[in-house]
Formats: sequence, C-alpha cells, structure tokens
Amino acid sequence: MNFELLNKSADTVQANSQGGGESSWIMHHILDSRELDLSPFGIIHLPEIHLFGMDISITKHVVFMWLAALILIIVFLKTARTYKKSLVPKGFSNLFEIVVIFVRDEIAKPTIGSGYEKFLPYLLSVFFFILTCNLLGLVPYGSTATSNIAVTATLATISFLFIQIGGMMKNGILGYFKGLVPHGVPLWLLPIMAVVEILGLFTKPFALAVRLFANMTAGHIVILALIGLIFILHTYFVAPVSVSFALFIYLLELLVALIQAYIFTMLSSLFIGMALHQEH
Amino acid sequence: MFITKLFALIALVTEGKAVGSPLDINPGVIFWTTITFLFLFFILKKFAWKPILNSLEIREKFIKNSLEAAEKAKEEAQKLISENKLNLSKAEQEAQKIINEGRENAEKLRHQILEESKQQAKKLISDAQAEIERKNQEAFIKLKEQVAEIAVNAAEKIIRENLDREKQSKIVQKYLKDLPKN
Repeated sequence: MNFELLNKSADTVQANSQGGGESSWIMHHILDSRELDLSPFGIIHLPEIHLFGMDISITKHVVFMWLAALILIIVFLKTARTYKKSLVPKGFSNLFEIVVIFVRDEIAKPTIGSGYEKFLPYLLSVFFFILTCNLLGLVPYGSTATSNIAVTATLATISFLFIQIGGMMKNGILGYFKGLVPHGVPLWLLPIMAVVEILGLFTKPFALAVRLFANMTAGHIVILALIGLIFILHTYFVAPVSVSFALFIYLLELLVALIQAYIFTMLSSLFIGMALHQEH
Repeated sequence: MFITKLFALIALVTEGKAVGSPLDINPGVIFWTTITFLFLFFILKKFAWKPILNSLEIREKFIKNSLEAAEKAKEEAQKLISENKLNLSKAEQEAQKIINEGRENAEKLRHQILEESKQQAKKLISDAQAEIERKNQEAFIKLKEQVAEIAVNAAEKIIRENLDREKQSKIVQKYLKDLPKN
C-alpha cells in the first residue's frame, strides 16, 4: 500500500517538475530562489555563502530587501539634507515629510502616548521598509520580500523585542511581568491567567508575521492565477477578462501594500503602548 | 524498486527544481533580514529620523510661537484701537462743552451789553429832559422878569405923564402879585 502511494506521488512530482504542472510556475514567482530571473535578458545566479555551517546564501528576497534599504537610505538622507538648508522643505521632501508626520501623529502619538519619541525611529523604519518591500513586489521583475514568512517573522520578532524591552524599561522587569496579569483576578485563577497572558505575548508577533506574509502572498497568487487562466484554458477569449481582473487586483495590491505597512506599524505601536502603559 | 522510487522522490524534492512551500523558513533569509533591517534602522535613525524629526519639532514650535505672538499683537492692537476711540469721544465731548460754554458766554455778554446800552440811552434821555425842563424854567423866569421890567418901564412912562410914580408902582406890583404864578 505504501509502495503504491509513493509510486503515485513520485510520478506527480516528476510530472510537475517536467513542466506538465499548471501551477508550479505560480509558485516559482512567489517563492524565494537563488537566482534573479530577468528573462529574456538572462538569469543572474546569486552567490552561495556558508558561515559556521549555516547556509546564508543570498536569495532573490534578500536582494530586494537590500534594494529597498538602499532606496530608503538614499531618499531619506536626501530628505534630511534639505532640512539643513531651510525648515520648509520643497518638492519630494514634502511628500516624505507628510508620511513621516502621519506615522508620528496618527500612529505613534495616539497609540503609545507619552514617551513615544523613543520608539518613533523604529516605527518609521519598519513602516517605510515594509512599504518599500511591498511596492517593489509590484514592479516588473520585482519580488516581494515581505511574502517570505522568514522575513515577516524576523520583523515581527524585532517588534516583539521592542515591545518587551520597552515595557521592561518603563515598568521594571518584575513590574512588567506583574502588570501583565490584570488587577482583581482571584488568586486561584492566577496560574491560568499568567499562562494565558504569556501566551498572548507571543501570539501578537505571530499574528503580525502571518498577516503580512499572507496578504502579500495572496494578491500575487490571485494575479498570477488570473493571467494563468489564459494558458490553462488555451484560449485568447478569456484574456480581456483575465487582464482586467488582474489589473483590478493589481490596484488592490497597491492599496494592500500601503495598508499592510500601516497595519504592521500601527499594531506594533499599539502593543508597545500597551506594554508601556499597563494600567489600561 | 521501492528504494529507488524513494530516492528518486527525495532527489526531485531536494533538487531545487521541485516546488517548495511558501511556509518554508530559510534560516539564511532570517539572518539577512536581521542584518539588513538593523543596519537600515541604525543608519536611518542617526542620519535621517533625528534631523528630520528635530527640524519638524523646531518648525512646529516656531509656527506655534509665531501664531501666539500674532494673537497677542492683535489683542494689543484691539486694545489700542478701543483706547483711541475712547480718547477721541472724550475729546469730542470736551470740544462740544467748550463750544457750548463759549456760546453761552457770548449770549450773556450780548444781553449784558444790550441792557447796559438801553439803560444808558434811558439815562441820556432823562438827563436831556431834565436839562430841557431846567432851561425852560430859567427862560420863563427871565421872561417874567423882563416882562415885569418892561411893564414897569411902560407904567412909569405912563404915570410920569399922569400920576405919581410911587403910586403907580404899587398898583402894578399889586397887579403882578395877583397874576397867576406861571
């Protein structure tokens, strides 16, 4: 019985890998890889690096993260330089200033409250980093680094560290853990509540990571599937429908790119605020 | 047979050509994400966020101060205007008062002068009347004396013809006495 199942699955895998599979190309676009596929201009193979027995090869998503970081550094160093000339910026700096003020006044200030200044650089960095990564996925030949769960999980972990360390620095390590359990809980409930609250600490970043990853992956899969309909059905008549729907999803993706960057930052900020001001 | 198939499957899956799962976690990516993000964070924090946020704060303070100063200046101006208005109305009242006083004084003066001139005129008239009366009296007395003298002279002439002068004079005196006084 085992033998037959294995036989079948091996055949399926072989069929997929030989180009017979109709969905493998979707995954090819979504997933990380060791090469930059710039066809028809060629394929760039990225170097493999091993450090202390760990495989830290450069991948497509890593390259696009670097690209995002590079863009951000160039843009914001230029923006910062315009403030040296005068307090009133001109041109592009104005645009970025509006977003910076948005993050400060609409995200950090209301959710964290007093003491938000310390976390503002982190929130700004994470907001712009996620936003740029999301948008790079919508550029031709681009790839969405934030549709890699390893990337989102790492960002969420950094958020987690900011939340916990921020809370501990404000309330003291002991005070922070005491404050996790709400006041007025009966003594016999305390062990259960402690477990629940500590679990809650970890579910927050987990939700952050999965939300960003799923949102950024889903849109691309839908676009690719819509385009794929043309090839799966072997007809051009479906093309207008496919293309118009794909365009619609693409515009939706633009919105989602903004919204997910906002939500990640907003929730990080909210959790930081909750860790800082535990009485609420 | 079984073993070869198993190996073939493993080879295909691990070959890289086979499709993985989006949920696969690649530790290399975690490593690079951490490095990239922390690098980006520290660079931006030092060279971008600090200057940008600082200048934003400076600008906001500047705007706030300017607005407050403008508000204050406006209030002061308002106060000055109302003060000016008050002063102006006071001055107007004063002017009105002075004009009224002047008018009253003029009226009084006019009355006084008129009264005085009237009295003076009256006095002049009465003086003149008195003078006329006096002159009249004088003239009448003179006339009376002259008439008496003429009469006496005439009587003397007559009596010298006829009678004793003494007798005649007595008769004339008597006659004159009997005349009414005026």
